[in-house]
Amino acid sequence: MKNSTGNVVHAPQSWDSVFAEQIIEEHMALEGPMLPILHAIQAAFGFISEDAMRLIAARLNLSRAEVYGVVSFYHDYRQAPAGRHVLKLCRAEACQSMGGEENAEHLLRRLGLDWGQTTPDGRLTVEAVYCLGLCACAPSALLDHEVHGRLDAASLEQLAMEAL
Amino acid sequence: MRIFIPRDAAALAVGADKIATAVRAHAKTLGVDVQVIRNGSRGMLWLEPLVELDMPDGRIGFGPFTLADIPGLFADPAAHPKALGKVEEIPFFARQHRLTFARCGVIDPLDLEDYRAHGGYTGLARALSLGAADTVAEVKASGLRGRGGAGFPTGIKWETVRTAPGPQKYIVCNADEGDSGTFADRMIMEGDPFALIEGMTIAAVAVGASRGYIYLRSEYPHAISTMNAAIAKAERAGMLGAAVMGSAHAFELQVRVGAGAYVCGEETALLDSLEGKRGQVRAKPPIPALVGLFGKPTIVNNTISFATIPFIFEKGAKAYADYGMGRSRGTMPVQIAGNVKHGGLFEVAFGITLGELVQDVGGGSATGRPVRAVQAGGPLGAYFPPALFDTEYDYEAFTARDGLIGHGGLVVFDDAVDMARMARFAMEFCAHESCGKCTPCRIGAVRGAEVIDRIITGQDPVQNLSLVQELCETMKFGSLCALGGFTPYPVMSAIRHFPEDFAPAVMPVAAQ
Ligand SMILES: Cc1cc2nc3c(=O)[nH]c(=O)nc-3n(C[C@H](O)[C@H](O)[C@H](O)COP(=O)(O)O)c2cc1C
Ligand code: SF4
Ligand code: FES
Repeated sequence: MKNSTGNVVHAPQSWDSVFAEQIIEEHMALEGPMLPILHAIQAAFGFISEDAMRLIAARLNLSRAEVYGVVSFYHDYRQAPAGRHVLKLCRAEACQSMGGEENAEHLLRRLGLDWGQTTPDGRLTVEAVYCLGLCACAPSALLDHEVHGRLDAASLEQLAMEAL
Repeated sequence: MRIFIPRDAAALAVGADKIATAVRAHAKTLGVDVQVIRNGSRGMLWLEPLVELDMPDGRIGFGPFTLADIPGLFADPAAHPKALGKVEEIPFFARQHRLTFARCGVIDPLDLEDYRAHGGYTGLARALSLGAADTVAEVKASGLRGRGGAGFPTGIKWETVRTAPGPQKYIVCNADEGDSGTFADRMIMEGDPFALIEGMTIAAVAVGASRGYIYLRSEYPHAISTMNAAIAKAERAGMLGAAVMGSAHAFELQVRVGAGAYVCGEETALLDSLEGKRGQVRAKPPIPALVGLFGKPTIVNNTISFATIPFIFEKGAKAYADYGMGRSRGTMPVQIAGNVKHGGLFEVAFGITLGELVQDVGGGSATGRPVRAVQAGGPLGAYFPPALFDTEYDYEAFTARDGLIGHGGLVVFDDAVDMARMARFAMEFCAHESCGKCTPCRIGAVRGAEVIDRIITGQDPVQNLSLVQELCETMKFGSLCALGGFTPYPVMSAIRHFPEDFAPAVMPVAAQ
């Protein structure tokens, strides 16, 4: 995706209302454009800000409360930026059966974090996820868009260290 | 030399991409001409990465493959320490009835010609010549029941949409696959995406729908990109678009990505989510078949339900219905996961017992300790103790034992499991994912988790246990959908079958 100055965007960029309007406009031909818009806004800016919600509400002819209602309903949407990398650890049953919870506790203790928190240097956020469909290669994790399976406490810690 | 290295997310999770890159590089240094095909997975996930060599008399497997295994592959494959022999003769594979997954792991998922060469699009051609009414009749005759969980007859749903009045109808694929312990939807989308496209197109032809959506969970980035690529290819080949396969039918298909809400797998919440709203469950009636997406008649089916349709049309309804038992016709891609030796996807005719699946096919626990419990059917499914392993894999047989097949997941636990903790987790998950519409689900689940915590810490276990049971009754009867309504299954089955984990004092009560 390109921002309003024509640069290809990889990492989240700071707020750019022209670019945000352009993103919204690109999705207006879709039926039910709300979720695709929110995903695209979050991909570009890293989270969905008050400014973004205001623009979306105006363009979709909705109240800001309605847009907020949608944003707050879904676990994926952030209202504040995450760390540079996001590590999602599966906490569902198959991963529990293979010691996923113990691995996660060990990692969180090492990093001094609780679920959903970010390291003080802003590099890594650790979050829970409920099943990645890798249940026969449990325990599993998603580091940004990269999948990892058959983790143990050591390999999970190594994975987190790569992101730090 | 043709080498198959899966692109399935489970294979990627254990290093398949690194192996593919290194195999190409190694071949280059040797000056050997190799064609690396990124296939889907064969479903033998404990063997992933499972690398296959194309040999004159069949494909030979090697796995679980590591980087160190590469040189041997080019030297003397037959003597390779990871050689598994012919892939299709591995017992886990040979015992299956692969109808829906016939092509998965075999073909290049994004090669439309490969798809056609393996029977692809013969089904659509047949449906086009049969016409709408006979197409629906064929689905009915197959006995196919929805694979998303509820097991509703697919043909009856299609008939309702076909005969519903209205110029605009929709086909919606439920690819939300939120149930833990399940991955069949993911595997088919990554391993044979055209099967899903063809199945949905047949549905569109059958009911006169011109638009379709695949609601695909965001936790599946690889499935999303494979589906998008396959749709683009099908469009270019004229298999989607204004004139499907040169016919008068138009069908446009899009992927829509979910946003991390388990309840959006419930069909009406899914429709609200597609419309851009909070994913809250709608009261039924009206049923989605009549008042669905944007208020229009809509087929909502699970990914596997749709992906099974091409087989039914290629080989005939009878060929499908010949498999199975009782009112469970055909096959189920059972997903064996968790603490199990041979985890993976095992497609089999209904009627096999739970014990065969866990012990014979799955090989018992991964840790080698005794299997203590199996959760069947995802987070809303019951826990089965080995004493019930004679249960036949059949919708009705599972119901009779207070369980459910759901989407076909089995999660195995060894004897280290604490069932009170699992019961607590079921409540916690329900509270976390509740859409908030009904009080028993929204509040009851939070209460439930608190009360189980008290049992775990030994506070008034007898009294608190009966409180949990009361809460379960309230949730069961006072919830609009199965999230609140079925959470009592894992909770109550844990209490019933594993009373010793809920404090010894309660054993006589729970045993009654
Ligand atoms: C809380 C909840 C979650 C559900 N999740 C899914 C899901 O992830 N995938 C699915 O196909 N069906 C799911 N269902 C079932 C759907 O509501 C619906 O029955 C199904 O999509 C119909 O398709 P089928 O007849 O082909 O199974 C869920 C139901 C409930 C109550
Ligand atoms: S049972 Fe729970 S998830 Fe289902 S409609 Fe009621 S509140 Fe929503
Ligand atoms: S339960 Fe963890 S990946 Fe499915």
